Amino acid sequence: MVDMTTLGDDAIAAKGWMKSHKYLILRRISQLGILALFLAGPWFGLWIVKGNLASSLTLDILPLTDPYVLLQASLSGVVPETAAIIGVVIVLAFYLLVGGRVYCSWVCPVNLVTDLAAWLRRKLGIRSNSQFSRSTRYWMLALTLILPLLVTGGIIWELVNPVSMMFRGIVFGMGAAWVMVLGIFLFDLIVAKDGWCGHICPVGAFYNLVGSKSLLRVNALERQACNDCMECYVVCPEPQVIKPALKGEKQGATPVIISSDCTNCGRCIDICAKDVFSYGGRHAKKNDDLKREGEISQGAQA
Amino acid sequence: MSDSKDKNELNRRQFLGNMLKTACGVGLVGLGLGAYSKRASTMPANYIRPPGALPEEDFLGACIRCGLCVRDCPYDILFLGEVGDEVATGTPYFIARSGPCEMCVDIPCVVACPTNALDHDLKDIEESRMGLAVLIDQENCIAFHGLRCEVCFNVCPIRNRAITLDMQHNTRSGKHALFIPVVHSDACTGCGLCERACILEEAAIKVFPMHLAKGELGKHYRLGWQEKEKAGEALVTPDTKHQYNLPDGVRYDLQGEGLIIDGEAEETPFSSNPLDTLNSGFMDK
Repeated sequence: MVDMTTLGDDAIAAKGWMKSHKYLILRRISQLGILALFLAGPWFGLWIVKGNLASSLTLDILPLTDPYVLLQASLSGVVPETAAIIGVVIVLAFYLLVGGRVYCSWVCPVNLVTDLAAWLRRKLGIRSNSQFSRSTRYWMLALTLILPLLVTGGIIWELVNPVSMMFRGIVFGMGAAWVMVLGIFLFDLIVAKDGWCGHICPVGAFYNLVGSKSLLRVNALERQACNDCMECYVVCPEPQVIKPALKGEKQGATPVIISSDCTNCGRCIDICAKDVFSYGGRHAKKNDDLKREGEISQGAQA
Repeated sequence: MSDSKDKNELNRRQFLGNMLKTACGVGLVGLGLGAYSKRASTMPANYIRPPGALPEEDFLGACIRCGLCVRDCPYDILFLGEVGDEVATGTPYFIARSGPCEMCVDIPCVVACPTNALDHDLKDIEESRMGLAVLIDQENCIAFHGLRCEVCFNVCPIRNRAITLDMQHNTRSGKHALFIPVVHSDACTGCGLCERACILEEAAIKVFPMHLAKGELGKHYRLGWQEKEKAGEALVTPDTKHQYNLPDGVRYDLQGEGLIIDGEAEETPFSSNPLDTLNSGFMDK
């Protein structure tokens, strides 16, 4: 069992605090930076970005539109404007490239809340286990896409979607949305580990599907160096994605974390004292492997 | 061998059971959401949607709650519904009494909308129908007390068409006129400038969403005189001249002041000018 009191100590000792929190810090900068961009307008009159994550206009020229919410609107019978379609194409292209769930770990404001809950769980040693299957989110996704077809009154999910609610709340006014945020925090803290983001959230499920063939992936190219400290499993919000890549050498499995559940958050890269993990392409191979393959093919030719 | 098979069976059963559990759970969530959506799509009567907004049900399906209309409104009158507000979360509205639509000619809020929830076919702000002004309190509107106000009439951007002044007799004083503001739905955009301008503590003229402000004639209703005009003739019974059972030389015509006796006109001792009669009477005596 991993000792929670010393979690991350090995990495700090081996790499220093900064290097062992590199991607965590970068993610916080990304998440808060995006919020800051949207808040610069209403707070300081600095209109760099208008709107919110559902649809925005940057510098009065670049439209960005959330494909998930536009899909729901389209299902309820809307013909979007050209700007919205361009916005969706740009967003989709981006996440197709870097991985859909990059949205979850680098953009979504709820991630700040659920990460805090997960951190507190570890600190307090709360061990309640999820009664939900991780596939619940796909059922939720299906539900949110069927509802606009069945119920008049449109994009039902957006009435309660905590993701858009929290972001819109911060930028436009919170109202009672903090109750929802608090609910998710407590749910993740007490009821289920990674309960919201990892099991239920249909927004994540949508982006999961978007990024199922994405190019940017975390890999465990240095998996031979793994000392089985298990800390990556502890900090990972989707720990089921690690094992096939990290322990699959005997089965000949690729060292690339291929599951689109992976949020590309990079916590495993940070926490690993042995630098097993790194970002890379979908078909990343170790230099040694490339060399060996080269030799084999040369040998075959000879 | 059989052991592992049993295990497989169990796993399959568990798998199916879990799936069923999840599906039922999510189905319940769906029912809840459906029911909630009915409640959440109601709106207070004084919340008015921006210009070009689709009919409410379509609007709720089309609006993606991005707030771009809010940002592009130069008068900052638009708000997004917050959780706990009595309006669908994240959808835009304004309140006429505190911040009415100023009717920008370029309609920037509509231009900003990425989904046509605010209809981009709306090019002329005077064609928009955000709601309808209704002079709802005729007991407190001071025009009905015979006082000159006409503020609503004067601030109306579609002056003398959306609100006109109807002059009526002031029965209280017996010698003055009442200048009664009358709203015309064929011109009123529902911008709410009149509601803001109303001088009362609580406005007597208010903008309401169309469905609250307007009645609707039964679909089967036909107004006889309109149908007659369209068809060029009466559709129900043909027009026949009414027959009166009168002696020869006598006619009846309401507009011609009733009974008319032909040839009698010459015999009358009275002139057509009543003054002549009066004057001649004095002369004769």
